[in-house]
Amino acid sequence: MSDRRYPDAVADAFPVPPTEFTDREDRTVEIRPYDGGEAGYESLVGMYDDFDPSDRAQGIPPGGEKRIREWLDAILAGDCHNVIAWCGDEVAGHATLVPDGDAYELAIFVHQEYQRAGIGTHLIRGLLGHGQAAGVEKVWLTVERWNRAAVSLYKKIGFETSDAESFELEMGLRLNADADDEDDEAGDSGAGDDDTGGE
Amino acid sequence: MKVLCGIGGSDDSFRALDRTVERAAVANDDLTVAVVDNEDSSVAPDDVMERAREAVADAGIDAEVRRVEGDPGSRLIEIAEREAFEEIVLGGGHTSPMGKITIGSIAEFVLLNAKTTVTLVR
Repeated sequence: MSDRRYPDAVADAFPVPPTEFTDREDRTVEIRPYDGGEAGYESLVGMYDDFDPSDRAQGIPPGGEKRIREWLDAILAGDCHNVIAWCGDEVAGHATLVPDGDAYELAIFVHQEYQRAGIGTHLIRGLLGHGQAAGVEKVWLTVERWNRAAVSLYKKIGFETSDAESFELEMGLRLNADADDEDDEAGDSGAGDDDTGGE
Repeated sequence: MKVLCGIGGSDDSFRALDRTVERAAVANDDLTVAVVDNEDSSVAPDDVMERAREAVADAGIDAEVRRVEGDPGSRLIEIAEREAFEEIVLGGGHTSPMGKITIGSIAEFVLLNAKTTVTLVR
């Protein structure tokens, strides 16, 4: 689990939240880092409690308010980076970076009511900008390989496939240069780059 | 039922071991524990063997604990077919820091290739 591969090149600079935009449904959406407050926390619980189970990925978000709260307690901890997409006082989406050794694992969720409106792209770019500003070096994620829309979003952002051997694709992105500038990351040609479908 | 439980030393494999041993004690299963090579495991096979023998002894059941070398997935399937096991039990996957469940490569291979029922223990 610790020998994940990442692109050699550092990604371009991502916008640092707070940012605001109008989505494809003409809604004003604001991307803000999670402020650690009670109101934001409860709004997140609300979004996940109302989340369509068919959009779960590899067991998250969990079902039921109790499990949602336990899960949020873990991924909203002080060493994690969290960004929320707000539409008024409602959470439209949430993206998170959770520490894993010298890297961070990424996940992003957009509520069904707000999907296919361009929010995911703004949200993930906002999260990566937030992480980049905080000095995060490497980010990885897994995605179910049949989830073409998500795979093409991650590729567009700059993620490269690092493991195509299992049910889920593993992808990596380099946000900042390594502090100790290791030189052993060559050879990341990336197998399985055949997912050009989706939107 | 004739049950083959494959473990390689990962956390989820020990959870599968404990539950399978527990169930065997109640259901009177004919259980064999196969200790396989798992390159992702930090526990040495001898220690996994020891842990399995302890679990079996604690439950007071009569189960064989067997060391199985070579490619774990294909060896488990070969043993299940040759010795007419009815079920293969494996760990239900690793949980990432995010809470995402990832099924291990052994489970993946066994799921897709086994003729028997496969149980993944969560």
